[in-house]
Amino acid sequence: MLSVTNVGRRFPGGVQALHDVSLSLRESDFVALLGPSGCGKSTLLRLIAGLDQPDSGRLEWNDGPPRSGDIGYVFQDATLLPWATAEDNVFLPLRLRGESRETAMPRVHAALLGVGLAGFEKARPRQLSGGMRMRVSIARALVTQPRLLLMDEPFAALDEFTRHKLQADLLDVWRQAGCTVVFVTHSVYEAAFLAHRIVLMTPRPGRIDREIASSLITGPDTRLDPAYAALVADVSRAMGEALR
Amino acid sequence: MMKWAPVLFGLLALGLWEATVRIGEVPVYLLPGPIAIVGAFIADPIGLLQALASTLFVTFAALFVAAVLGATMAIAMSASRLAQAAIQPWAVALQVTPLPAIAPLIIIWVGEPFVALVVCATIVAFFPLFANTSTGLASAPPELNDLFRLYGANRWRTMALLRLPAALPFFLSGLRISGGLALVGAVVAELVAGSGGFASGLAYRILESSFRLEMPRMFAALVLLALAGILINFGLGALGQIILKWRGGT
Ligand SMILES: Nc1ncnc2c1ncn2[C@@H]1O[C@H](COP(=O)(O)OP(=O)(O)OP(=O)(O)O)[C@@H](O)[C@H]1O
Ligand SMILES: [Mg+2]
Repeated sequence: MLSVTNVGRRFPGGVQALHDVSLSLRESDFVALLGPSGCGKSTLLRLIAGLDQPDSGRLEWNDGPPRSGDIGYVFQDATLLPWATAEDNVFLPLRLRGESRETAMPRVHAALLGVGLAGFEKARPRQLSGGMRMRVSIARALVTQPRLLLMDEPFAALDEFTRHKLQADLLDVWRQAGCTVVFVTHSVYEAAFLAHRIVLMTPRPGRIDREIASSLITGPDTRLDPAYAALVADVSRAMGEALR
Repeated sequence: MMKWAPVLFGLLALGLWEATVRIGEVPVYLLPGPIAIVGAFIADPIGLLQALASTLFVTFAALFVAAVLGATMAIAMSASRLAQAAIQPWAVALQVTPLPAIAPLIIIWVGEPFVALVVCATIVAFFPLFANTSTGLASAPPELNDLFRLYGANRWRTMALLRLPAALPFFLSGLRISGGLALVGAVVAELVAGSGGFASGLAYRILESSFRLEMPRMFAALVLLALAGILINFGLGALGQIILKWRGGT
């Protein structure tokens, strides 16, 4: 769906955030961008979203440039509007496209149902737990039925139990929605659990070092599966080599 | 007990005050006791309350103008770089100019006493509203601004759905600060204007009684002013909380 070719991005002040990065995304991929802090993961995500422009290289979309709603974005913080209810927060992308409340509400409620938040439509962000807020944020990204879902360390601020639950639920949502996901993380465990393409990035300058394919089919017992443990070991070893 | 502590303390202080004045035989033109002050109020409640109303009228008119001007200019500034460059230095200049220094000029130029007082008080009340609203308009996290851009929201939608709602709590706390300042501005302007001004506010009553050495009346006017200041502060604070609660979250 998207080819990123030889992309570079240097910020004023001289930081080479990305150098010669190439990556192609296919339909229904689940790609993890894995790397230490400062290796340009967020920068790459913002380039893909069109929130920032590369200094060199190209981004080519197979089916033409994305329109509003083709891309969903989830940040590390839920970044909800604190004064708006859960349903109004999820309604926001549709509202910005000019849709009326009445026509949008069924899809808003379906999105909230899809992330397990039925019954919390009228709750305000401060009445929700961190995990629930992140679910609202995911529902907001999914309500436009995006072809591409970009997630920037969305679960990094959550406790481990909540994180595991959200990871499993995210995979369910992804299988249902069938969209492409690019998931930024600096957790080897998280990347190995979620993705079937694990892209390793290294800093200074930010580059893609290598890609590791996973054939793991994730289920309820994956975390106890020796194959999962082996994958984590492989990825950790590769990351160690890449950073040496 | 905790709740009544300030009241008890106040009563105790008043009692001590009255006792000191009586036992020490302090002349009334230096320091009247609380009873004399209450007596002065009872002697002419309507006159003093009318003066209070006059000062409050100036205060609220100025607060209203300052709120409209401050919010409008903050919005204009946040919407356009050019407006920001044009407005910012003048707003700061206005803030650092001491009101008593420019009040005589304003009173001469404007002519109409009521309008002159409102202009003076507006100048004092303007800055916190302007500065707070400006801060509030820029207070939304960059991620939310990115999100609005991602969905192709134009400047006006972003203003209406993100920046303005984010600025509301800041505006309201500016309103509370400016409420007190508008009262100060109204009083200062009245004092500067003296008998050449509106000649009906509380500050003018204070001047007048000081000339006539009517100290109890002067103190009664002072107490009314202080009470008005406290009420404005609490009233605007409560108003802000009600609005935010009704809106649902900050
Ligand atoms: N707007 C910017 N201006 C200047 N430098 C920037 C900007 N954004 C990012 N950088 C720099 O580019 C580099 C890559 O940043 P980026 O945020 O993409 O890293 P990251 O991999 O997402 O890190 P983290 O895991 O900490 O989020 C960093 O050195 C950062 O300081
Ligand atoms: Mg980042």
